Amino acid sequence: MADALPPRFRPGDRVRVREAYPIGHVRTPYYVRGKQGVIERLCGAFPNPEERAYARPGEPLQPLYRVRFLQHDVWSDYGGQSVDVVEVEIYQHWLETAQ
Amino acid sequence: MSDGPEHPHVHRNPPRPDQDDTLTYYRALEAAVRELLVEKGIVSAEDVRRQVEEMDGRNAGRGASMVARAWLDPAYKERMLVDGAKAAEEIGLDVGPLKLVVVENTATVHNVIVCTLCSCYPRNLLGLPPDWYKSRMYRSRVVREPRAVLAEFGTVIPDDVKIRVHDSTADMRYLVAPRRPEGTEDWSESELARLVTRDSMIGVAPADKA
Repeated sequence: MADALPPRFRPGDRVRVREAYPIGHVRTPYYVRGKQGVIERLCGAFPNPEERAYARPGEPLQPLYRVRFLQHDVWSDYGGQSVDVVEVEIYQHWLETAQ
Repeated sequence: MSDGPEHPHVHRNPPRPDQDDTLTYYRALEAAVRELLVEKGIVSAEDVRRQVEEMDGRNAGRGASMVARAWLDPAYKERMLVDGAKAAEEIGLDVGPLKLVVVENTATVHNVIVCTLCSCYPRNLLGLPPDWYKSRMYRSRVVREPRAVLAEFGTVIPDDVKIRVHDSTADMRYLVAPRRPEGTEDWSESELARLVTRDSMIGVAPADKA
């Protein structure tokens, strides 16, 4: 088993998705970049797909989280209910502690 | 084809163009790699055919059997919500390396699944995804206006029910466990499984009515 980076976040932590726009194969959807959410769970550690896409090993493995966002925080004109959420899988290197 | 005297009738539905008449880059690449693998004896043409047949043969009955078991067995349901892949294996479903997250609909929460980046889908448990699941329209709209999209499927979610949209962007795959319909208290597992449709496990519909 390849080495994995230690998880930096725990369920319940408030995080912000980095607002970055690198070229290449990226799994972080545009619509959550720069947005704040809460760690829902740690899914495990997986090879970094941004490396794997170019036939590199993607190691050490990156912790992967499910991050829960309030829809109103993602879409300023969201038309549903204030409790509605969207949950997205995001690798650790895209997350920082929310201020 | 001529519309002259030799061909007098009218084609109301002109034939659709074949989809396999252009050798695109990736089709050529697929054929080249497959032929090389066969030529070198790494796989046989029979292996490839069998695997395609097996993939095409999977259907939502596999996921439905998990949900029906969970409706009848609360302890199984708890295990399924903790580790979906392990719960699938427990009832004899081979899911390979699938990492499965099962999310449960309740009186207060409705879940719906999408992959906004491509079309990730729990094929091992639901078979091939429907065309609409892969459409840009569904993928871009269901994260932005899930209530409107669900209403277009005939599924109107009350205002006091929270919607959780799950965007399957990386290594997990998702399955919705719909709510058990009322009036099914004494039903058997196989009877219950028939109510658990593909769409109910994507989250765009409830389970069928009893």
